[in-house]
Amino acid sequence: MMDAIAHWFKWLSNQHGINYSVFFDNYDQTLFLKGLKTTIILSLACIALSILVGLIGAWLQGSRIRAARVGTAMFVQFFRNTPPLVQLAFFYYAVSALLPTVTDSFGAQTPLINNLGWAIISFSLFAGAFNIEIFRSGIEAVPSAMTEAAESLGYTRFQIYRIVVIPIAFRICLPSLGNNLVNLVKTTTLAYAIGVPELLYASAQIWSEAMNVREMMVLLLITYVALVAILVAVMQRWEKSLRVPGYVS
Amino acid sequence: MQPLITISHVEKSFGTMPVLRDISMTIAKGECACIIGPSGSGKSTLLRCINGLVPVTSGSILVDSIEVNDPHLDKLALRRKVGIVFQQYNLFPHKTAIQNIAMAPIHVLNRPKDEAYENARRLLAKVKLSEKADAYPGELSGGQQQRVAIARSLAMNPMVMLFDEVTAALDPETKKEVLFTIRDLAAEGMTCVLVTHEMGFASEVADHVYFTDGGRIVEAGTPTEIFKAARNERTRAFLSQVL
Repeated sequence: MMDAIAHWFKWLSNQHGINYSVFFDNYDQTLFLKGLKTTIILSLACIALSILVGLIGAWLQGSRIRAARVGTAMFVQFFRNTPPLVQLAFFYYAVSALLPTVTDSFGAQTPLINNLGWAIISFSLFAGAFNIEIFRSGIEAVPSAMTEAAESLGYTRFQIYRIVVIPIAFRICLPSLGNNLVNLVKTTTLAYAIGVPELLYASAQIWSEAMNVREMMVLLLITYVALVAILVAVMQRWEKSLRVPGYVS
Repeated sequence: MQPLITISHVEKSFGTMPVLRDISMTIAKGECACIIGPSGSGKSTLLRCINGLVPVTSGSILVDSIEVNDPHLDKLALRRKVGIVFQQYNLFPHKTAIQNIAMAPIHVLNRPKDEAYENARRLLAKVKLSEKADAYPGELSGGQQQRVAIARSLAMNPMVMLFDEVTAALDPETKKEVLFTIRDLAAEGMTCVLVTHEMGFASEVADHVYFTDGGRIVEAGTPTEIFKAARNERTRAFLSQVL
């Protein structure tokens, strides 16, 4: 089967000059698949961490301590109001230089956090800032009557948050969260700028040698359409599994 | 006998607006008290003050010798004694009927799960909703939701139940289901404080009726005294509108 596909693409290349080298050239294929793997790792790590940032931020925003609320507001302002590419450069070129280096197994000095690490940190904080606002909108949409009922049953503040507010708020804001995560997956291509070998970077490596820019662009776009489609399908299943009969959030 | 609830000279204002002025009343164990009066007369606020949801400005509320107007109030201890049912049911929409009833005993009283669910099933049977145990609130009618809400409060084993206009959002038929549930509770000796616009029901189940207006208790007495022979002009005017 794989042979047949490789054979056909090879024929397409020889006969018509349409060069999808990824399908028949071993070297290009490995590059592309590694890029795909890096993109997936980068995306999954950023999705998980950005949701964590969102939950913590939303909790701090409702805090009784003024400094926690102001700090969170400043964090959101900073990461929402500046371009993600500039943030990435800031972390990779400015912050990274302030950190100590470590000695690797060859005895050379390498940075404490590599470029993939910085990309994960940078995009997680960027998307996390949006997630804070998304979770806040969900929390504010929970009727105060719910918290009043829980309070009158003797629940503590934290219990009310954990057992009543968050489960209801999460259902309310899941569609907007999905939107932001779709954006996040697409934003990971910016990691190209600091040399993280993700899909765009790998594709650029391939086309600069095989001279098949047009074909690689098409393949790249189709791959992202598929990746985001998978994410959207997962989000929809999640929404469905959390749906409560008779409750319109 | 020591009354279960003693309210003396309670004042409450929201900002500069007074909502309760010099309220005093006592409620004995096993008594059913009904508070009636026009909207905005402070009835609901008074109920919320009794279980500490709304802090009073001055005065004293004693519930089974717990002082509610105390900065060091043990709210949990108070709320174990006082159950409240709201006009809009306020069931947790993401939990089934039986979960709504069992969750507070598990989370707040640390009861074992089996015991809490067994008790919840017993309470569902009591409010005649055994077959709806696994239904979500959104799948229940208003009257059914309200009966689940009553069972949820009863699960905490309170000494007194507060009902805040619990039938105001219901149609006449479902209203009846809920009122029967409350009547049965009162008949079993549960201490009940009802804020209600159901004058017929109040005259049937109440031991005492309080008519409030403008944050004051204008007149108090037995149902017969209030509904048949009100002495105060304002009480008579109000009742002539609703009876």
